Amino acid sequence: MDWRRFGFIAFIIAILFSVVVLIGKAEISPAVIITSMLATTIAVATPLTLGALCGLYCERAGVVNIGIEGMMLAAAFFGWLASIYMNTVFGMAPMPSLIGGVAFAILTGGLLGLLHSVLSVTFKVDQIIGGTVINILAVGITGFLNRQLFFEKGSIFGGNVPHAPGVLPRIQIPLLADIPVVGRIFDQQPITLAAIALVFITHFVLFYTRWGLRTRSVGEHPRAADTVGINVVRMRYANVIIGGMLAGLGGAYFTLESVPSFEPLMTNGRGFIALAAMIFGNWTPFGAWAAALVFGAAQALQINLQFFRESIPPQWAFLQISYIVGLAPYLLTMLILTGIVGKNIPPAADGQPYEK
Amino acid sequence: MTVILEAKGITKQFPGVLANDQVDFDLRQGEIHAMLGENGAGKTTLMNILYGLYRADSGEVYRDGQRVEFHSPKDAIERGIGMVHQHFMLVPVFTVSENIMLGAETTRRGTLDRKAVAAHVRELSHQYGLDVDPLAVVGDLPVGIQQRVEIVKALYRNAEILILDEPTAVLTPQEAIDLFRIMRELTQRGVSIIFITHKLKEVLAVADRITVMRDGKVVGTVKPKDTNEAKLASMMVGREVILKVEKGPARPEDEVLKVDDLKVHDFRGLEVIRGVSFFVRAGEILGIAGVQGNGQTELVEALTGLRATHGGRMWFAGKDMTGRPPRPITETGMAHIPEDRQRHGLVLPYVVADNMVLNTYYQPPFGVRGILQPKAVDSNARKLIQDFDVRTPSPYVPTSKLSGGNQQKVIVARELSHPIKLLIANQPTRGLDVGSIEYIHHEIVEMRDRGIAVLLVSAELDEIMALSDRIAVMYRGQIVATVDAAKVTREQLGLWMAGAQPEMVR
Repeated sequence: MDWRRFGFIAFIIAILFSVVVLIGKAEISPAVIITSMLATTIAVATPLTLGALCGLYCERAGVVNIGIEGMMLAAAFFGWLASIYMNTVFGMAPMPSLIGGVAFAILTGGLLGLLHSVLSVTFKVDQIIGGTVINILAVGITGFLNRQLFFEKGSIFGGNVPHAPGVLPRIQIPLLADIPVVGRIFDQQPITLAAIALVFITHFVLFYTRWGLRTRSVGEHPRAADTVGINVVRMRYANVIIGGMLAGLGGAYFTLESVPSFEPLMTNGRGFIALAAMIFGNWTPFGAWAAALVFGAAQALQINLQFFRESIPPQWAFLQISYIVGLAPYLLTMLILTGIVGKNIPPAADGQPYEK
Repeated sequence: MTVILEAKGITKQFPGVLANDQVDFDLRQGEIHAMLGENGAGKTTLMNILYGLYRADSGEVYRDGQRVEFHSPKDAIERGIGMVHQHFMLVPVFTVSENIMLGAETTRRGTLDRKAVAAHVRELSHQYGLDVDPLAVVGDLPVGIQQRVEIVKALYRNAEILILDEPTAVLTPQEAIDLFRIMRELTQRGVSIIFITHKLKEVLAVADRITVMRDGKVVGTVKPKDTNEAKLASMMVGREVILKVEKGPARPEDEVLKVDDLKVHDFRGLEVIRGVSFFVRAGEILGIAGVQGNGQTELVEALTGLRATHGGRMWFAGKDMTGRPPRPITETGMAHIPEDRQRHGLVLPYVVADNMVLNTYYQPPFGVRGILQPKAVDSNARKLIQDFDVRTPSPYVPTSKLSGGNQQKVIVARELSHPIKLLIANQPTRGLDVGSIEYIHHEIVEMRDRGIAVLLVSAELDEIMALSDRIAVMYRGQIVATVDAAKVTREQLGLWMAGAQPEMVR
């Protein structure tokens, strides 16, 4: 990950923030706007960060995973479903139900990772097809079960959606969160904090441990790994399952941390944007996180502009149409994938099944 | 000397081929034992069995007198056997240290101990005179050094036996001499080496004993002082072979091909031919020497119209043919024996008769008003099969069923069967048996004597020296020297191939 990219990312984020500061400064002080924007950016970047880390584990081991979107969607649904069951059917308290829900989301992601491994590593199905299968499966199964369980008469919840146990509470990082104004940035929910920690952990694992060295060797030159006694198939399975679990945690963000409800298709393309973030981060954890933050900032812009709707000057009226601002992450994705900021170099054996 | 590795009665059957047939082989402590044989003789199969990559159908392997069974390379590595594969097993983006420790990592409190590994690599490298920098990124290193990294990798795993599979195929002559020095250094320190090759000169220069294989069987084991190139060649082939190419002096006439400041890019857009100029005259053979990957492939593709050029001009038979597609170039009289005969020379699933008209099928008598004429195709095939001695059961066998030598003959027959002015032969004998090589060399000289211009591209220096009238040496996309073949030595060519400038050689 070169500094030019980080510079480009900082530049884009600065532009997005300045727009809001310029519009809102008449009402609220710039420092407050910036900290609030930063806090929102970090929070909404969470599923993107986790999705990108999922892609990172898979692709560093040589398996392309375009099923991140499906993995997150399925995990969002099953994690949420599990927490409701625990809360309403088994009568557990909200907090343990939420934690149980997160565990179920991770499990769902891991199982879909296993499915992707079986398809692409064992049966050597084209990995793009394998990922597509997971995306379609997730849309179908969550949509179907959502309708059957909650909206059909005679179903378990008898046609009315029960009260979910809420969302995961904020954790204020001691000392840091107490700083006036800036403290707001460190007042976050647990999955967001876990995602940031996982960025550091992933960097350490990939570049400083035996596991990471072996994972990368399997993604770069599997035959070389095989000749020194590394089990290529096992390494790929393990990494894709780990990736799936991370995507699962990312899915939990939607229904257990962001809002306490599920809606069909609620991941809304975040899994694909996460993939783009991973590519723009040139297959490195910090790069991927930085790219995820750019997309997060674009989303934060959209949220904050709604708040300052009345203050938007007439010549910038187009910003009032939220569709246009909503397009920002997708336009950024396309721009970035053209390779405008340096060449993206994937692992050499990325996407290639290993033939003995 | 004690026998440290022994194979007894090894037999391995692949679908349709008996790759190893009751093979016996033994390696003694501290010797260099050469394994000589043509492609497909079964050398590599035997080594893959000794290294645990394949399992023998029958037969036994003994290590230090003990019966062993290897289920994977891991088992072989544990018993002190290391292998340097023909295609290196190195991760280009990793450092030397990372490549060496991969699979046998040293860790400290859960993290990779890069310092300790680097120190160990330096120590090994110094001990055996290998001169390898543990912190260099492998992809940046020249091939010769990468090979040393592979050797250190084996030594790092305490290998006492090293199997080197065709190690000189990718080296310049100087690098090969360096490798031989390292091999002797290793044996003096107690390492035993199995050296697989098909090059006669090399085994005579470096081996203590030579085992020759043919058709999956061991023909015999000899010592270098009791044999010579001709004897070894006849052991390999099973009959007398004429190693020297008979040819008289060339009588060059007009320039047929002229290339001026040609520039070509590769698929990544990098300039791989960086301003090349030369000419070939009727009745002479211009040999292009150079280590593989110095732009020869792209040069031939550009000349034959298969690849776009990015600068410079080329004239063929007096016409400017720069940037023209293959068909007009072929019709003007260019024949092309491509480097990769299976991918670019033949449509493998097609029958022999169809492959023989690939360049003329649309012209009478083979194609009349867009309709293929099976009778003409048939008689053409029968005639060429006879004239070029192609060994095939019938003209209607898929070409994939033929041996490499006969596949090459199908291409040669097709390319030489229409009126031509220039023959471009790129690696025409790669992977062929000695008998087929003899035939193709004879055919190339014959073409020259009939007044055809020949451009020969080969990574085999012996082939270049045996056939060429003039020699051009390519290095990193440029021609660094063009010389009269009679006035140049192997050593000089080797230096140029390694990048030395002509004036520095003086």
